Amino acid sequence: MIAWFQSVLGTGLGWFVANLILILLIALPLMLAVAMVIYADRKIWAAMALRRGPNVVGPFGLLQSFADGLKVFLKETIVPASSNKGLFLIAPILTFTVALIAWAVIPFGPDMALADINVGLLYILAASSLGVYGVIIAGWSSNSKYPFYSALRAAAQMVSYEVSIGFVLISVVLWAGTFNMGAIVDQQRGHILGIINAFGFNPLLFPMAVVFLISAMAETARAPFDLTEAESEIVAGYQTEYSSMSFALFWLGEYGNVLLMCALNATLFWGGWLPPLDWAPLYYVPGIIWLFAKILFFFFVFSWVKATVPRYRYDQLMRLGWKVFLPLSLFWVFLVSGYLMLTRYS
Amino acid sequence: MIQVFAFYLFATLVVAAGGLCILSRNPVHSVLWLIFAFFNAAGLMLLCGAEFIAMLLIIVYVGAVSVLFLFVVMMLDIDFAEMRAGFVKYLPAGLLLVVALGAEILIAGSAWRAGGLALSQRTAPTPEEVPNIEALGTLLYTRYLFIFEGAGLVLLVAMIGAIVLTHRIRGGVRQQNIMRQNMRRPQDAIRNVDQPVGQGVEL
Repeated sequence: MIAWFQSVLGTGLGWFVANLILILLIALPLMLAVAMVIYADRKIWAAMALRRGPNVVGPFGLLQSFADGLKVFLKETIVPASSNKGLFLIAPILTFTVALIAWAVIPFGPDMALADINVGLLYILAASSLGVYGVIIAGWSSNSKYPFYSALRAAAQMVSYEVSIGFVLISVVLWAGTFNMGAIVDQQRGHILGIINAFGFNPLLFPMAVVFLISAMAETARAPFDLTEAESEIVAGYQTEYSSMSFALFWLGEYGNVLLMCALNATLFWGGWLPPLDWAPLYYVPGIIWLFAKILFFFFVFSWVKATVPRYRYDQLMRLGWKVFLPLSLFWVFLVSGYLMLTRYS
Repeated sequence: MIQVFAFYLFATLVVAAGGLCILSRNPVHSVLWLIFAFFNAAGLMLLCGAEFIAMLLIIVYVGAVSVLFLFVVMMLDIDFAEMRAGFVKYLPAGLLLVVALGAEILIAGSAWRAGGLALSQRTAPTPEEVPNIEALGTLLYTRYLFIFEGAGLVLLVAMIGAIVLTHRIRGGVRQQNIMRQNMRRPQDAIRNVDQPVGQGVEL
């Protein structure tokens, strides 16, 4: 596609236009997916609580998210008088943008990443570490005590869990031998007994997959780790002072991040766009379908956990991050690198 | 063309953000400008072909160090009048710093003008086909192994030092023993009593 545009519009402009279209091709379906996934989340949650969930707007309530979107869009944006106005408005934009930029390196199929860069995994780590700024800035600029508490909680929580996520990613990188996302997926082809396409079934990497799944929930501040918006303690956390579209941007960003973490789970441990088995007929299904199926499965796990596990206390959250996951993942990096040193590099 | 444009964009923003960092009245704004400067510096490094360093700059400085920095600065209750009071006192030291930095820039500029650096090789220190990370890793773990491990040791000592300095052992604190809490069963804690009327419970 890039080559075609370059032949029509010239090298520089063609590249620019092609990439712009590709960015829209990722961002717009993502927004649609976020809307549908919010509906799915509410339906799953309702089903587990023996309720019906949204069922009024559209067939089966499918248009509920769009109705909600229209509602918040038509509302007035209220900026508190004592807030720091510039930062107050920048914060939701930042959250939303950061949730989108990491998708640039996710491979949707063979050679189907927007940016097939060498440091893909580091780019994702960098993008996810930026996510906390939206929350911190929102909490501070609201100039109100509950948002401020929430900002402090978010800062501590995300820094804590980023450490264990980093170690998990390192063990995957050690095994794959590359930081490139596409190459990591390729390395998983027939990884187990030459037939199963997944790092996750490797006994040495499976515990890391579990740690990553739980850390991903903490990193995106999803239940049971949603201490930043714990409504029983700090009203709505950093979102307390926000209304209308500025609030909606936080919401979209949050679910965009959740989908990103699901995509990362699928890509790093469960074969990404590869079918589950390395068997020729399964390759007739396009890779993007497999990736979406895996993302949706992990989203279901996220909703399932949200519906069943009670919220952590803050000290329990910190204990889990620093005293359980950090030593465990650090030890596992030693284990994986030692194993690879003995088998692959000796 | 686009590279030159990107370079001037990032460079201008770094300088502007650095200036605003020291000029803004509000310390939180200062930290945010600092973060913005880091971010643009990472962009400059990407232009140099050092993508690994650029990502590391964002992950370490923007993602971890600055978050903690912001965390502390946000909670400070700063008295602005007191902050401005020391202006005359720190003026000589500040001027000295300005002179030193200005001289350094001058020396660097004249050295660059004198030539002698192979400019074409500065942007691509490694062969194009070797990824940045591999090139760095090969150097760090072979040629500079002892220096690298020495740096790691210094960091370890600093970390232990920080923990020792801040760790207090206080008496009279009832700490939780998570293991004991998890091992506790209803049978250990609850006792059914067949209570006769008019008598107290024996505990």
